[in-house]
Amino acid sequence: MLVQILFYLFGAFLVASALGVIVARNPVHSALALVLCFVTSAAIWLLLEAEFLAVVLVLVYVGAVMVLFLFVVMMLDIDLAELRSGFTRYAWLGWITAGVVIVEIVGVVTARNLGVDVTRGTVPLPEDYSNTAELGNVLYTRFAYPFELAAMLLLVAIIAAIALTMRRRPGLKVQDVAKQVAVRREERVRIVKMDPEKRP
Amino acid sequence: MITLAHLLTLSAILFAISIAGIFLNRKNVILLLMCVELLLLAANFNFVAFSRFLGNLDGQVFVFFVLTVAAAESAIGLAILVVLFRSRRSINVEDLNTMKG
Repeated sequence: MLVQILFYLFGAFLVASALGVIVARNPVHSALALVLCFVTSAAIWLLLEAEFLAVVLVLVYVGAVMVLFLFVVMMLDIDLAELRSGFTRYAWLGWITAGVVIVEIVGVVTARNLGVDVTRGTVPLPEDYSNTAELGNVLYTRFAYPFELAAMLLLVAIIAAIALTMRRRPGLKVQDVAKQVAVRREERVRIVKMDPEKRP
Repeated sequence: MITLAHLLTLSAILFAISIAGIFLNRKNVILLLMCVELLLLAANFNFVAFSRFLGNLDGQVFVFFVLTVAAAESAIGLAILVVLFRSRRSINVEDLNTMKG
């Protein structure tokens, strides 16, 4: 019963904050509403006993991706009024599409031949069950190769993001360490031999 | 008791809201990226729910990979956005018409 109350509470928060993301006037408010979305989803995943993913969602999304979003939103000087113009022109199309999607998914959910009984509740997992350990067991054995590929993908993303945003400004005074190291004595010191001047 | 139907309905609502958000905020690239994140979250909800109710951990592993790809996608998307803003001084989708021909 408590789990159900918590589920409805977090579900209501989730839907409300998702609506906040899409209708907020200020992109900063949208980003903060999205943070609330991720936190409430992590709470619901905890109710589903998917603890590792709940923690990862908070760490990766709230801790890294949303901070990146907020950083970009605050860094760019955006003309909000221009972006908001015509906000409701296609709103009806959006809401109709949303309604169609809901009807379709509810149709799938209530279908009786899904192969799984959708009205069944969860069986609580045993007390000594560790979600993280079980995930680790499959992730490093059966999914070892996709795991390496995911690491590679992140590396490619890092390189791409840096390569895209890095720019060389002309006329910037920076050291060239290779040149500094390669310099020889003869290039810096010139010994001039000359006769001493006579005293007047 | 939470049933599978509860979770699938919640994820359907989330999915529909984010699709409506793509229509509403079709001019602002940042909001579009946020709506895509929300779509992926709704899809992940289904994966976690089915993984839990079928007693199969593969769904949660897939969510893990989806999170990886989504993080990479948003990082590169925001990098492109910053480059775009530098050259155009705008992030309006309607200004991105150089390939119109």
